[in-house]
Amino acid sequence: MENVIEVNNLTKKFGSFTAVDHISFEVKQGEIFGFLGANGAGKTTAMRMLCGLLPSTSGKGLVAGYDINTQSEQVKRNIGYMSQKFALYEDLKVWENIRLYGGIYGVPEPQIVSKTNDLLKRLGFENERNTLVNSLPLGWKQKLAFSVAIFHEPKIVFLDEPTGGVDPITRRKFWELIYEATDRGITVFVTTHYMDEAEYCDRVSMMVDGHIEALDTPKNLKQMFHADTMNEVFQKLARKAQRSDS
Amino acid sequence: MNSTNKNEHTHPTPTNGQWKTFGSFVQKEFYHITRDQTTLALLLILPVLLMILFGFSINTEVKNSQIAIYDPSNDVATRGIIEKIKASDYFTVVRMLNNPAEIEKQFLKDDLKMVVIFSDHFYENMQRTGKAQIELLTDGTDPNSAMTVVSYASNIIGLYQQDLFKIQQIPFEITPSVKLMYNPELKGPYFFVPGILGMILMIICSMMTSISIAREKEFGTMEVLLVSPFKPMSIILSKTIPYFVISLVNLATMLLLSVFMLKVPIAGSLFWLVTFSILFIFLSLSLGLLVSSIANSQLQALLFSGMVLVIPVVMLSGMIFPIENMPAFFQWFSKLIPATWYISGVKKIMIKGLGFTSILPELGVLISMTILLIGISWKTFKYRLE
Repeated sequence: MENVIEVNNLTKKFGSFTAVDHISFEVKQGEIFGFLGANGAGKTTAMRMLCGLLPSTSGKGLVAGYDINTQSEQVKRNIGYMSQKFALYEDLKVWENIRLYGGIYGVPEPQIVSKTNDLLKRLGFENERNTLVNSLPLGWKQKLAFSVAIFHEPKIVFLDEPTGGVDPITRRKFWELIYEATDRGITVFVTTHYMDEAEYCDRVSMMVDGHIEALDTPKNLKQMFHADTMNEVFQKLARKAQRSDS
Repeated sequence: MNSTNKNEHTHPTPTNGQWKTFGSFVQKEFYHITRDQTTLALLLILPVLLMILFGFSINTEVKNSQIAIYDPSNDVATRGIIEKIKASDYFTVVRMLNNPAEIEKQFLKDDLKMVVIFSDHFYENMQRTGKAQIELLTDGTDPNSAMTVVSYASNIIGLYQQDLFKIQQIPFEITPSVKLMYNPELKGPYFFVPGILGMILMIICSMMTSISIAREKEFGTMEVLLVSPFKPMSIILSKTIPYFVISLVNLATMLLLSVFMLKVPIAGSLFWLVTFSILFIFLSLSLGLLVSSIANSQLQALLFSGMVLVIPVVMLSGMIFPIENMPAFFQWFSKLIPATWYISGVKKIMIKGLGFTSILPELGVLISMTILLIGISWKTFKYRLE
């Protein structure tokens, strides 16, 4: 399988503070890559660099085949993004949100119409087409936000703590959508606080104080740290952290 | 940006598509505004309310004002003037005063609008030196009616003078000396309209634009937009367009109200008044952008634009308090406030009826300020994204 993300000694300094310290890893196409770490470990900074939002201080990164430092425009076109904060427009209708994002990513108008119909059918939201987003339940909003983030069929979708604030059952349903996306060949790069979600990932990296301390499949990580759950693995690693909250 | 051969053919982005996206963004902004009907109603009604408020707080018509007269001369000329005053609808003489000491006391006691004070030997002075003096003492706490009362009284005295000219050959001159108690600066009704224009345009453009951008930051939608290939500057520009439109609607409303309700006519060229106002709208929009690049939440944007932009317009632009009366530092500071120049220009065109050349200084200053502000907000905005 081809690598869709290749990161080599990527570093970000803010003054004398090194937020991300020489991290290196690859992500393969169709993989679900969990990007874990305590608050302040540098996850968000790393992710912002990969999305072309933040220039790196040194090191190299290729996302979807484009250099994150010099080709951020191309990077942006080939990725989807769903943020930790809920990111649809609450005062727009469901279809208006879909059309707006489709338009931003240059999906042609007729295609937007047919894909919107498919999407609403698949999610079982046909009756909600004209509903304002603010009257949907949170779980539905998150499903919709994810579907909108991959509406333009990006190579990679970045999910920044996508399931904050919902119960485990809704989370489980959300993950079914993620699996569907990977079946279509979309790579998923996800940060999360929930260790049950870490178990669902193909591979997981653990970030501590700007470094990647461990990177492997959940099964191998548990073996390596003599732990029964990913939660234990996380606890053992996070204890080493020198810096806490951002 | 270094483009390799790879991206050339993979992503032919037609500018046509960009425009379409821009269009759907502008549409989205209109949805945001029209679906928040309370705010929209407020934006459209606010100028009307302010106009009515200021319009009715300014009495242009003063009838049966209570006045007192102190006439130590009691001669043919003073009696003639008093007769004319009594005959007019404007004044009711409630008291004849007997000595100067009474003047201030009665002023406070009787709620007098004006005291007419003749000098000693009025007719004699008029005959001998050709000059006679009347003092018109008014209540400056109510500057608008004071101004009106004074102008009525001056008219009456002027009429008496004209009558005298017809009868006698010697040109007499009666000079009324006007003195205002409590408030030496009189500001008339025309004074408020340019100020309200400046204030409303500043509120709509700066405050609303910065709040709407801050809202995207607060709700996290800005982050998603920044990750998208849509150009950050297009995001921002699409936000200014609806408020530009609303400002034009407000401008039209306010000018109509001012002409038909407040009877403040547009003495000069309507074309230049509108052009000049559009320049000020651009400037206010760029101020709004600057605020939005600093403010990260709606509350910050509101406070910042309210405190830093709108309050100085009200306090320091000369809208309410005359700049000439301010301490030197604030006089200097008021020159930095764009609305000062706008209000001054509007007064020249709208009230004084002066031509385009008269507002060249104001125009020059506002254009330079706009260019500077757009430059700064452009730079700040880029910087904040990194």
